Amino acid sequence: MARVVVDVMLKPEILDPQGQAVQRALPRLGFEGISDVRQGKRFELEVDGPVDDTALARIHELAESFLANTVIEDFTVKVEEVAEAGK
Amino acid sequence: MTARIGVVTFPGSLDDRDTQRAIKLAGAEPVALWHKDKDLKQVDAVVLPGGFSYGDYLRAGAISRFSPVMATVIEQAKSGMPVLGICNGFQILTEAHLLPGGMLGNDHLHFICRDQKLKVENADTAWTADYESGQEIHIPLKNMDGRYVADERTLDMLEAEGRVVFRYVVGGAFADGFGNPNGSLRDIAGISNEVGNVVGLMPHPEHAVEPLVGSGRTDGLPFFTSILKKLVNA
Repeated sequence: MARVVVDVMLKPEILDPQGQAVQRALPRLGFEGISDVRQGKRFELEVDGPVDDTALARIHELAESFLANTVIEDFTVKVEEVAEAGK
Repeated sequence: MTARIGVVTFPGSLDDRDTQRAIKLAGAEPVALWHKDKDLKQVDAVVLPGGFSYGDYLRAGAISRFSPVMATVIEQAKSGMPVLGICNGFQILTEAHLLPGGMLGNDHLHFICRDQKLKVENADTAWTADYESGQEIHIPLKNMDGRYVADERTLDMLEAEGRVVFRYVVGGAFADGFGNPNGSLRDIAGISNEVGNVVGLMPHPEHAVEPLVGSGRTDGLPFFTSILKKLVNA
């Protein structure tokens, strides 16, 4: 089994009011020096069987057509090692 | 025989019954369509109503766009069938790429509900023929994800081709329904596709069709009489 992570972010030129709200709260919490925050989405896909090029290409297609709306969002796909339970 | 106008009910649709009622008041025959149906029951036009289809869990309209009924709606819309998307329906139409751009959360992050003043920019679409270009109307608005965005090139194209159908009227007191309610670029409230059979807008014309309710105005009724006239004369 493997895990594939799809990260989805609003395109840089698009206003992210959620990220701004988080950023505005930071000085109040004593965090200085953070000039911008943008908030995105992370999808963790647990995949049965090996993540070969074919599987990865399918997931890329899924991300492009469904998980992200490429009119307004960018996405990245990466494979993550999953530690076997009990080891 | 009068026109048959389908109204799709998705899980989480809220305004499907109001939309059916508006269609009936305009003199057409409302036909209930279910999101799992591939068959459109030979309707002449389709309205995608407001609500929170599939909970809007991924993005507003993103999951509904892949429902069985939408496969047929997309195909039919491309061959000229009139389709109107109201609020969540507008979001579904952008997710389906039947309309350009996308819909995002309101810039102030709050749900908004108020009477909204709009300017009709284009009275030549299938759904706006009973208005006049430049006319100002009041229509209720209620949404969480009403911010219309698109890149500059798309916005310029929409303006150049007259595809901005409605704009929020700005410049007065916010409480009077003036102002841009959600941060939509260029105050866009509604747009159409290239040929004008597909129209989407955030405000809710189906909630302004009877003088007894709401603001007492019936500024939303022309949507439904426009399409009826178009279909009957077609």
